[in-house]
This record gives sequence, C-alpha cells and structure tokens, in this order.
Amino acid sequence: MTEKSLNIELATPNKKIEIGLASSCSAPGVLGKFQILPGHTAFISELEVGEIKVELPEKTEYYAVSGGFLEVVQDRVLLLLESAESAQDIDIERAQQAIDRAKDLLDRRKDSGDIDVDVVRAEAALARATNRLQVARRNSI
Amino acid sequence: MATLREIKQRIKGIKNTQQITKAMKMVAAAKMRRAQERMFSARPYASKIQELIQNLAANSNETESPLLAVRPVERLRLVVVTSDRGLCGSFNSNVIKRALLEIRNNQDKEISLVTVGKKAGEFFRKRDFNVIASYDGIFNNLQYAHADNLAQAIMKDFSDENVDAVQIVFNEFKSVARQEIVADTLLPLDMSEFESEGTVDYLYEPSEEALLLALLPRHLKMQVWRAFLESYASEQAARMMAMENATENATELISSLTLVYNKARQAAITTEILEIVGGAEALKNG
Repeated sequence: MTEKSLNIELATPNKKIEIGLASSCSAPGVLGKFQILPGHTAFISELEVGEIKVELPEKTEYYAVSGGFLEVVQDRVLLLLESAESAQDIDIERAQQAIDRAKDLLDRRKDSGDIDVDVVRAEAALARATNRLQVARRNSI
Repeated sequence: MATLREIKQRIKGIKNTQQITKAMKMVAAAKMRRAQERMFSARPYASKIQELIQNLAANSNETESPLLAVRPVERLRLVVVTSDRGLCGSFNSNVIKRALLEIRNNQDKEISLVTVGKKAGEFFRKRDFNVIASYDGIFNNLQYAHADNLAQAIMKDFSDENVDAVQIVFNEFKSVARQEIVADTLLPLDMSEFESEGTVDYLYEPSEEALLLALLPRHLKMQVWRAFLESYASEQAARMMAMENATENATELISSLTLVYNKARQAAITTEILEIVGGAEALKNG
C-alpha cells in the first residue's frame, strides 16, 4: 500500500471495535471540532458530546458519542468513549422519547420551580439525545 | 426401619432435586462464560485510560484534583458488592463477613454503607447499619450505567467532603475454582499507582492538567465497573461449584439409599420364604 491511512480503533467499557483503515477521522474536541489525517503528530484530546466521522475507503461512518478521549500515535487513532453508537444502530424513537423526557423535566423546573429536577443532568441528557437524533438522520440522508 | 415404599419415594425425590441442581449448574456455567467475556472486553478501555493517566502524570508535576485529596479519615464509606440471588455457596456470607471485619477495624470512624446486590442490602438494613444507598437487582441486567451512577454518587460525596475515604469490598475472579475477596480503596485516588517511565511526547488538548482531571473520574468509574463484572463472574462460578457439589451429593445419597432399599427388599423376601417353609413344615408334622 502506497497511500497512507489511519488505523482506527474504538474502545468502550463494554467492547473494543476495530473500525479499520480510514483516510480521515473527525471528532468533537472540547476546544472545537477537529480532523485527523494520516501523518498526524502524537496527540491526545478530550471529546465532548457530538459526532465522530470516519472516512473508510468504501463508505463514511458516523458515530454518536457522549464524550471521551481520542489518542493518535503513529497513524493509530484510538477512541476511548463511554458510549458510542453507530448511526444505523440508533433507535430514533428512543432518542426522541429521551428528548421529550428531558424537555419535560426542564419545563417543570422553569414553570413550577420544581427543585427536585437536576438541571445539569437533564440538560446533559437533552444534549446527548439531540446529538443521537442528529447522527441518526445522517444515515437516512 | 422405613418401609420399602418410603425409601422408593425418597430416592425419587432426590433424583428430582438432582435434575434441578444439574440444570442450575449448566445455566451458571453459561452465564459465567458470558460474564468472563464481558470482563475481558472491558480491559482494553480500562488499561488505556490507565496508560493515559500514567503518561500525563509523568509529564506534569502536581495535580489538584478533588479526587486526590488525602484527609485524616473520620468518615469512611464502604461499598459492599454481593449478589442478588442465593444458592451460590458461601459467596455472599464471605463478602459480608469481610465487610463486618472492615467495620470492626474502623470502629473509631463514622461508617456509612452502600450495598450492591439484594443480599448485602437485606443483611445490613435489617441490622441497623447506616445504609446510604442500595443497588438491588442490578445483576439481572448489568449495565455500565449502574457503575457510572454509583461512581458519580461517591465522587460527589467525597468532593463535598461528606466522606474522607471510600472502600469497596467484592469478590475478585481468580479462576473458576477460586474467588478472592478484596477490599480496595477507591478514594482518595493514589497517584503513585500511575508511576511509569517511558512516555510518548504528545500534543495535548485542552491541557495536560485538564485532561488529567477528566481522566481520573473515568478511571474511578472503571474501578467500580470492574468490581461489578468480577463479582458477577465470581457469583456464577461459585454457583456452578455449589451446584456441582449438590449434584454429586445427590448421587451419593441415591446410591446409599438404593443399597438400603435392596437390603430391605431382600430381607422381606427372606422373611416371606421362611414363613412359607415354616408353614409347610408345620403342615407336614401335623
């Protein structure tokens, strides 16, 4: 093989997946979205809620992630994620339900000042669910 | 002596029990294999997190994480991991015994408990211990979210200085035949665990300091998750062994009862023959 490529791996507390050789990988860093190309210097970044895009030779894959880390060493990209769902695995209905639930909680807090509502958690849940929905729609476009 | 029919009935009963224990053994074996696989598939993530922390710790000098704060321990929190179900030999009683030992050794401190699994929950609530939270029935459908939840809760209590140290007591999976009870300190985290030499020179984003602060909670969550997975695999292994022993005992019992049954049957036949012969003799003489 003459052309350089990235070897992408994904590890979560539940599994390790070898995604394969890709020409590029973009990820949502805490300081902004970035893209990794072959030949990148050794690099570690913290990721936030968002979408990871992997350009494989025959297709482009999207993953919804809820934060984690990315490490690049010598064209090996390791994604350390607490959860990762590939676009085709996302249950759109469940994501929508999660959005409704989180919005409902936040509304309750705003309208009736229900202090039992954990705003930080509800907002985080809302962000995660919205992100999942967005990534899932990538697949249908 | 028991009648023939009674013995026969008992043998039948034991055979039934034996079938159940045999089936339970096989179910436990299958579940244990799956639990072991989960343990293995959690390892790459856990060791990578650890590796990153080592790398960062070697490059930066002092880290100011609330999870590293060493305070004189006045309030101790104990996380006790048992199973939800019984019939697994001394699995649960051993963990509980160890937890009680830890409690006794720390009598001078204020102790609060978090129980995982129904067995610990039932035991400690019944006896008026200070049980802060119980995670009952999670092993039926064990999810990383459970570990995440528990870890978040103890990190919050530790950072808010509601507790000064957190320990976890659980069964570590050594092999199918051996589980070892360990009591590990979860918090404060000990940075000396992460010492290493050779490191890669990375570009960091956002900063080494911030990365380390974000990695430490992940590491703690993995410790809790590992404890859950190890405990679950150990539980199934313990149940498998217990059921294997039960099946063996049943076989022994059946063979000794069959012996008694045959002796009784032979005795009955002998008596019958004696009676017939005796009767015939009497008739001849008369």
